[in-house]
Amino acid sequence: MDYSIKIGGEAGQGIQTIGDTLARVFSKAGYYVFTHQDYESRIRGGHNFFQIRFSDKPVMASRDKIDILVALDKESIEQHEKELSEYGQIIYDSVTLKQQREKSYFLDIPFVNLAAEHGGNKIMANTVATGAVLGMLGMELDILLDIIKDTFKKKGEDIIKANINAAMAGHDYAVKECIKCSFSAAPISRPRMLIAGNDAIGLGAIASGCKFYAAYPMTPSTGIMEYVASKAKEYGIVIEQAEDEIAAINMTLGASFAGVRAMTGSSGGGFALMVEGLSLAAMTETPIVIALAQRPGPATGFPTRTEQAELQFALYTAHGEFPRVIFAPGTPEQAFYLTNKAFDIAEKYQIPVFILTDQYLADSQWTFDEFDSSKIKYTDYRLRGEAFEKLTEYKRHAFTDNGVSPLGVPGDAKHLVVTDSDEHDEEGHIVEDAETRIKMVNKRLFKKLPLIRKEIEPPSIYGHSNPEIVISGWGSTYGVMKEAVDELSANWDIAMLHFSEVYPLPSINKFNYLKILKDAKMTICIENNATGQFARLIRAETGYTFNRLINRFDGRPFTVESLIGEIDALIR
Amino acid sequence: MPSLDDYKGQNPAWCPGCGNFSILKTFKDAVVELGIEPHQFTIVSGIGQAGKFPHYLKCNTFNGLHGRTLPVATGIRLSNHDMLVIAVAGDGDCYGEGGNHLMHTMRRNINVKLFVHDNQIYGLTKGQASPTSMATDKGGPVTKNQPFGVLSAELNPMALAVALDCSFVARGFAGDAEHLKGLIKDAINHKGFTLVDILQPCVTFNKINTYEWYRQRVYHMEPEYNPEDRIEAFKKALEWGDRIPIGIIYKNNRPIFEERIPVIKDIPLVRQPFDIARIGNTLKEFY
Ligand SMILES: Cc1ncc(C[n+]2csc(CCOP(=O)(O)OP(=O)(O)O)c2C)c(N)n1
Ligand SMILES: [Mg+2]
Repeated sequence: MDYSIKIGGEAGQGIQTIGDTLARVFSKAGYYVFTHQDYESRIRGGHNFFQIRFSDKPVMASRDKIDILVALDKESIEQHEKELSEYGQIIYDSVTLKQQREKSYFLDIPFVNLAAEHGGNKIMANTVATGAVLGMLGMELDILLDIIKDTFKKKGEDIIKANINAAMAGHDYAVKECIKCSFSAAPISRPRMLIAGNDAIGLGAIASGCKFYAAYPMTPSTGIMEYVASKAKEYGIVIEQAEDEIAAINMTLGASFAGVRAMTGSSGGGFALMVEGLSLAAMTETPIVIALAQRPGPATGFPTRTEQAELQFALYTAHGEFPRVIFAPGTPEQAFYLTNKAFDIAEKYQIPVFILTDQYLADSQWTFDEFDSSKIKYTDYRLRGEAFEKLTEYKRHAFTDNGVSPLGVPGDAKHLVVTDSDEHDEEGHIVEDAETRIKMVNKRLFKKLPLIRKEIEPPSIYGHSNPEIVISGWGSTYGVMKEAVDELSANWDIAMLHFSEVYPLPSINKFNYLKILKDAKMTICIENNATGQFARLIRAETGYTFNRLINRFDGRPFTVESLIGEIDALIR
Repeated sequence: MPSLDDYKGQNPAWCPGCGNFSILKTFKDAVVELGIEPHQFTIVSGIGQAGKFPHYLKCNTFNGLHGRTLPVATGIRLSNHDMLVIAVAGDGDCYGEGGNHLMHTMRRNINVKLFVHDNQIYGLTKGQASPTSMATDKGGPVTKNQPFGVLSAELNPMALAVALDCSFVARGFAGDAEHLKGLIKDAINHKGFTLVDILQPCVTFNKINTYEWYRQRVYHMEPEYNPEDRIEAFKKALEWGDRIPIGIIYKNNRPIFEERIPVIKDIPLVRQPFDIARIGNTLKEFY
């Protein structure tokens, strides 16, 4: 089985609540779940949807075909009726939509009236709809009722009771009236973990001992800040909404200088304001983790949509030459572990490290068996307390064999911690001489770089071991590329080469991915941008040129069918 | 007890006769008299002639970017509120490039001590108008970069600060070291964000606001002046011209930002241990 449910409506109608709740029910019932959201940059009105796919086999991308469409407005029907699968059904409330639909796949469920009648309040219409979907699927209500009890714990027994009644009313109505429903979805295993990209980054930060997060709100990065904020009290985290992104990155650097693990995040426009601070991090060798959640540009672009067009920006922005690391997770799980790795590497080498995501990954939820906290690495590389005090001499930017100087915590010892955005000597004082300059560039850049390179893991390969066709990409296209390989494998010797540690590019010593590319008959680089930025990076760094590019730049993510269609057209 | 010897830094790269020398000497005297040791505080400075200040004494130092002293200082204070954090900036640095941060740092009332070396000119970049330069038609300078004269009205940092209810607002004069020393000490001892604007003659690029010009105008505020009266303070802040008041113009006892963040109420963030084991429970919330 493999079902897709779409909830469509205007902003403010609660489609996210219905979607989130259903996704939780399915993951608790042991299904593999994938959700993604499509919303406009507005608070009310417009057209938004929330899509859930769930299956008894792993799913990691959205399908074009819909099995159940929950239409909260007319627009949803107009836009998505054509996406209905063979046995698909549309549920709607003719009272709210002020129209009756005749076709056999429409099911009119009086969400509002049932809510008023059974829950005592029209606002429970969404709970009715949620119950109705479960009824259509032939699922019991026990999991939903537990979620309701948990959600409304603080609001008291009456509210819980009313919502339960509303859910049951929707459920019973659908069971009775949906004669054509042929779905079946009983719980299949123990609950799975359900998590979105942004939450996974926030969780990874907390698990890495992040104690300070300063940022300025900007979609789609805001969710990271919200998640960290929700844990601030429990974990003792200082979180500050700065007056602008310039302040955000400078505060983060101040916090890191003072001795705590610190992070900031933004989207392209906000990160543009941070660029001078990025350079400051490099010069002062202050560890920092930056989450850069991409959305389509230029300028304000599509504020709530997705694109992978800031790779070259993250790669080359900021004045001067210095090492940086860019991770681009393909799943929430990768986002969790790579955020941890980002904190580790940032502090170990005293450099800026990026987590580069996009709206698609930020907002989409995936299921996993578990995240293994024993895989979290936590090494405190800072020089603190007694260890610091007992040194006979201390220079913040001392020349060392590996270019990494001891990172003292100011105030922990009599030794002074001095750093400067000007070129400086070992002590951190401003200098002008050429000789020190050369030594410092050697230390900051050339000595550290080979060591940093060694930390970078090779791309993952999936599919045929000796492929004729290789599709390649980075970041959030992981899931959709993998599913495309699964489908196309029936007829082709095809594999996916996915990069989640994109810069520095992994060396070919551990795994010779260049050979895989060179040996294939056809290589295609798939990117959610207009110009193929990653393909350009590969060519610049290795000289290898992909045979073909597939680019999508309409602000929407690839879906399995659309991607397969495009690949198919190239290889046929 | 620290001595002046403990505070000997690098050789200043300022012009002979610069007002910064007197500020430097006075600052060292003040911290020595307060018994503060070099490792007990951090100076965050910007870029400009004033920004070089911390290199010329001894202390923990973050010499950051032009205009960005206050956010860095804020980050340090939030991570370690046992640390005395001082910000040093020029008038261009703090009132121009970093103007937005100044406003919001005043609002937060983070316990940072800001000293602005106000020479009413861009020194390091060789004599362009700054936000506090007087307009040319009001007696201000003619500069290379402002071919039609300085047209914008000069910024009044004191009035701005009083308007924003800044916790401590004062003006000093580099040519009145004894008085300035008192202000520096008062600022350090005050609990809350402090702005001390220090009139600092630039002997090379500002030929108008000279030692002589300031000396003829500055006066110590009357002993009966009450800096806790905001309306009076606003009037005082507006005084600029033939007579320029120096001293504490305004102060209040607003609670500081750091103390209002529950997670750092007791222990500074930097000394709080991290317990990785707790993450297990948080992971469970995703099932
Ligand atoms: C982002 C940025 N813009 C411009 C500069 C060039 N710059 C350096 S110092 C300065 C102005 C200095 O004036 P002020 O802050 O008043 O300090 P002063 O030299 O007078 O003490 C400028 C424009 C810079 N370093 N960084
Ligand atoms: Mg100046």
